[in-house]
Amino acid sequence: MRIDLSVNGELHALDVEPRTSLLDCLRERLLLTGAHAGCEHGVCGACTVLLDGTPVRSCLMFAVQADGYAITTIEGIAPGPGELSPLQDAFCETHGMQCGYCTPAMILAAHALLIRNAAPTREEIIEAISGNICRCTGYAQIVEAIALAAERMRGLNQPASQT
Amino acid sequence: MKSAAFEYSRPADLAEACALLAQEDDARLIAGGQTLVPLMAMRLARPKRLIDIARLPELAFVRKEDGQVTIGATSKQCVLERDSLVRADVPLLAKVMPFVGHAATRARGTVGGSLANGDPAAEIALVAVTLGATLVYREGDATREIAASAFFTGPMLTALPPAACLTCVRFPVWKDARVGFHEVNARRSDFAFASAAAQIVVDEDGICRRLALGIGAVTPVPLRLDRLAEALIGTRIEEKRLRELARAALAEIEPLSDLHASADYRRRAAATLMVRAIAEAYRSAQGQASRAH
Repeated sequence: MRIDLSVNGELHALDVEPRTSLLDCLRERLLLTGAHAGCEHGVCGACTVLLDGTPVRSCLMFAVQADGYAITTIEGIAPGPGELSPLQDAFCETHGMQCGYCTPAMILAAHALLIRNAAPTREEIIEAISGNICRCTGYAQIVEAIALAAERMRGLNQPASQT
Repeated sequence: MKSAAFEYSRPADLAEACALLAQEDDARLIAGGQTLVPLMAMRLARPKRLIDIARLPELAFVRKEDGQVTIGATSKQCVLERDSLVRADVPLLAKVMPFVGHAATRARGTVGGSLANGDPAAEIALVAVTLGATLVYREGDATREIAASAFFTGPMLTALPPAACLTCVRFPVWKDARVGFHEVNARRSDFAFASAAAQIVVDEDGICRRLALGIGAVTPVPLRLDRLAEALIGTRIEEKRLRELARAALAEIEPLSDLHASADYRRRAAATLMVRAIAEAYRSAQGQASRAH
């Protein structure tokens, strides 16, 4: 079946089998391998992408269902080639990862949170990533990374402190 | 974990969807797909055709009609979570929405999908049964209604005919209602082992005037606790008596038992959660009354 996907701002016309998941379509057809295949039945959250700006599990959607939607993957988050978004930077700085398998999905879930909520509480951060499983870190540094990125992004358009 | 092959149709309207559904034995409707897609990935479901109703505008709405709040079957859970009409007029539904799956599944999952799935632990089903909602479905050209209490027939089983499409659900509106909800699960927003919901109206003297109670995940279908509610209506709710009544009410039920939670655990947890839910709703109503003075 013919579908049109807008992925990270680029339009793609694709012919896919109905049973192809959005995850497999992104990874195998568009070679965007940042969305990871973990459990492939909607439990782990490693395949999270943004669908019109909202986090969804790309393994729980067939590519044909995404026809016409705008999709953002981790590859579309950085402001430019070789650069990192404030969230990606904060994940590096606080070491909010170990093996890295859950990281792209964690960053996308956090990205969607910070777009809606510039000053999330710790509780709101935990809620936002509660659908994403990390088997390494114990989450503490991930939460720290998101809080740090939020703080920096809030400061971006503020006048410099007088003190 | 890859689905078997199937055909895919995206009908233009509900009539076409129902016609397609009636044509083939192995056709299934898909809306959010948050339960159906994993079942297909595990090959526990192998439909020959998926009929995608997620984009039909006639099935996605929230509106007030005849003093009830009507919610279209494919209204997304994340939309209900933030809907001002739901918040004001069906506060119990608004209260449970954050407990339904995770943000990423609520972004695709629909209210009708959750109801039609019939999971005993589903919070939306619990609210529908507790408040006495009415479900509306279309089969061929006919539109039919069924009470939530008759809709759920067992774990993952409903009275919905195989070729029918759930179109909307109507929730009754209580004036000045206050609500409480509690559940226990292994991880945040995972399936509940036991849950309890309460909706209450309290007068200015602190006397309970209306009360609807239900428990989920404990029995094969969500269970209303009408006798417990009747024992509390007309009284000022007092914790010790409430505790005794709740324990007695749950002594009569036959709970589910599985690896995660035994029948005894579910019975005890449900009694405690019910007490907490009622106490939460009652406290909230008293706060409201004292603010009015």
